[in-house]
Amino acid sequence: MATPFIQMQGIVKRFPGVIANDQVDLTIYPGEIHALLGENGSGKSTLMSVLDGLYQPNAGRIIIDGEEHKFGSPRDAIACGIGMIHQHFKLVEPFTVAENITMGAKNGDFWLSTEKIKQEIIGFGAKYGLHVNPNAYVWQLSVGEKQRVEILRILYQGSRLLIMDEPTAVLTPPETAELFSNLRRMTEQGCAVIFITHKLNEVMELADRVTVLRAGRVTGSMERSQLNPNQLVQLMVGRDLAGRSKPIQTELGPVVLNVDQIEVLNDMGRLGLRALSLSLREGEILGLAGVTGNGQRELAEAICGLRHIEKGSIHLHGEDITNLNPSAILDQGVSYVPEDRLGMGLVPDLTIIENLLLKNYQQPKYSGRWLLHAKAIEENAAALVEKYNVKTPSLHQPVKILSGGNLQRLLLAREIATIPRLMIVVYPARGLDIGATNDIHQLLLDLKANHTAILLISEDLDELVALSDRIGVLFDGRLAGEFPANEVDLDELGLLMAGSGQTNGGEPNAI
Amino acid sequence: MSDSTLVISILAAAITAGTPILYAALGELLTERAGILNLGVEGIMLIGAVSGFIIAVVTGNSWFGLAAAMFAGGAIALIHAVLTVTLRANQVVSGLALTLFGTGLSGYLGKSYIGIPVPSPFTIQPLGFLTDIPVLGPVLFRHDILVYASYGLVVFLWLFLYRTRPGLFLRALGENPAAADSLGSNVFALRYLYIVLGGMLCGVGGAYLSLAYAPSWLENMTAGRGWIAVALVIFALWNPWRALVGSYLFGGIDALGFHLQVSGVTVSPFFLNMLPYLFTILVLVFVMIRQHGRLTAPGALGLPYDREER
Repeated sequence: MATPFIQMQGIVKRFPGVIANDQVDLTIYPGEIHALLGENGSGKSTLMSVLDGLYQPNAGRIIIDGEEHKFGSPRDAIACGIGMIHQHFKLVEPFTVAENITMGAKNGDFWLSTEKIKQEIIGFGAKYGLHVNPNAYVWQLSVGEKQRVEILRILYQGSRLLIMDEPTAVLTPPETAELFSNLRRMTEQGCAVIFITHKLNEVMELADRVTVLRAGRVTGSMERSQLNPNQLVQLMVGRDLAGRSKPIQTELGPVVLNVDQIEVLNDMGRLGLRALSLSLREGEILGLAGVTGNGQRELAEAICGLRHIEKGSIHLHGEDITNLNPSAILDQGVSYVPEDRLGMGLVPDLTIIENLLLKNYQQPKYSGRWLLHAKAIEENAAALVEKYNVKTPSLHQPVKILSGGNLQRLLLAREIATIPRLMIVVYPARGLDIGATNDIHQLLLDLKANHTAILLISEDLDELVALSDRIGVLFDGRLAGEFPANEVDLDELGLLMAGSGQTNGGEPNAI
Repeated sequence: MSDSTLVISILAAAITAGTPILYAALGELLTERAGILNLGVEGIMLIGAVSGFIIAVVTGNSWFGLAAAMFAGGAIALIHAVLTVTLRANQVVSGLALTLFGTGLSGYLGKSYIGIPVPSPFTIQPLGFLTDIPVLGPVLFRHDILVYASYGLVVFLWLFLYRTRPGLFLRALGENPAAADSLGSNVFALRYLYIVLGGMLCGVGGAYLSLAYAPSWLENMTAGRGWIAVALVIFALWNPWRALVGSYLFGGIDALGFHLQVSGVTVSPFFLNMLPYLFTILVLVFVMIRQHGRLTAPGALGLPYDREER
């Protein structure tokens, strides 16, 4: 191969209490797609933030084109031709696409000349297949379009290396395919790409080379020709993974939840759900696929009483719970694990004990007339943390310091402890690594075996297929199709999620 | 006095009375656009008023006074910058502390200057033929030079915010500092810059009171104008033109009360003095209703920025 473009040597980055990167070496050649594979917390994002100049390493060297560089800020990295797209997009939402892209210009004029920029954006779009309307405001764009704006901005900066942090996590299957072909087109023009991921199939499909990180160290690095999925998993996880748990065939009981033709407004005041109906039985998992923003949150919140139902009705065990207040609905045995674990599910600055108490503080066991029973509360918390394998230095830590997997285990522990009759879970494994994902899935399957009805809202088709009894697709506030999980066709699901599918017979609105 | 001349004189007085609020509001607007809430405006205005007054009396030159007011306003704002940008302290607490500090310090510094006249206050300098324009001429162009400068400042800030690259980055700083940072803009240095510039403008607002509007020093002479300026930035939706309109509206209510008293209307002066503040509350209610409770405030307003926060 040619001479290396970038060499990172012996990079060490410490955060209070953890070593995120420990003597990491990484070499990037021009025009290659290099996958950086590892579980969450393995130090992939930290390493790239060092290369992007956002973090200062505690030790190690960065050599670019044979010359050592020290990056004090992202500006220095940009000057060396390095651009990064973070998991959370760094776009200014109230600005237009053109304004966001022009912010990346190296030597821009004092006065803004949007017309010139718009022409350039259209030119770049034609060259790389990255089409986007320069006059649109960023908040109006879909996630895939926002990502395209980020890529355009980095190309506009004149970067020769594009770093992408888990770019497919937020994309639908068709969007992912488009991204991959765009990335290949860019590498043909000589641009190198570093691609952070924890998904093996993406590495197999796209990468020229791969470097695997585990617990802050490099555990392996290999060429495309040497790639072997089993070996990659071993390098990444450090052990062989037990086969995925299969759903147990449970007897389906009576209908628990019946949603009848409900209409709900979204945050913009428009219809978020359009005459949506579904029903769910005891011990059943109904999976709802769909791209975020097609009514997922509205549906979950409507059932939990957090959102006003304009039309239609919801019955739980035959009782009308339409527009009851949330606590009344919770008392009926409904449990909700929202997508935003730290924002909505838990209180970041409260301790583990306090977060576990939030749902049952009124019970006489934990609360007297005036005061809380500290001992009973702490014992309960200790038991739950133990049972659900939440890893924490102490019960008195604020939950915001926990990793994603531990947060989700904690949240599920609290919700499952109430023995719910209906559980609504939204994106339960989003952002979790393989190990944590398996744990969460097992918890859901145990709950199902315990006759709880589960409404599983997810974007991850593998997850839906693995867990659900039936799978429906949410699109534009409607149910766009429904399949028994063992007859599901992934391609067709993908099309339905994108809104272009044909429902084959049946009554799409009456699952 | 005929009705039309009365209206013209009230309108002209509205501009004079609105100018200190306008300077302070523009300063706060600049600060908030950078994502920093500074509730110390009232205190900074008082410090600007007293230091401008003292230097003008000592040197006999109001321009030196004005420069001193800018310097003092910038210096007080620098405290806010250190606390909120570097130490990431709570911006509300820091701002309130500055207001208390500024009120006390200005009272202490100005004690022996109460009742002294300014040797050469900023006086009315009609702008030649422009004053011959009917109605607009006498209303807009029969003022002192600081009023004319404030017109220019509004135009400049508007162009700067919406037509220049540094302005684009300033807006990005308040909306999403992480985005500005990742594009190589120095969030910390720029926030310092805009906080200090904002403080300087608040200082000018104060000095306008003691060197042109009054012109004299009185303890606590801002009388809540700093707070009105803070509220006005919200009413203005962070736009300099709307800040101008809002300032003159408040100035107009001020002037109206004064003229009513002079013309012998028997309304309690306490009621008239209350009007601007009552109006502030009404304006905020009105803006919130118009915006359905969702303000287009800079997205990161009030939030400290920490690059390595995980």
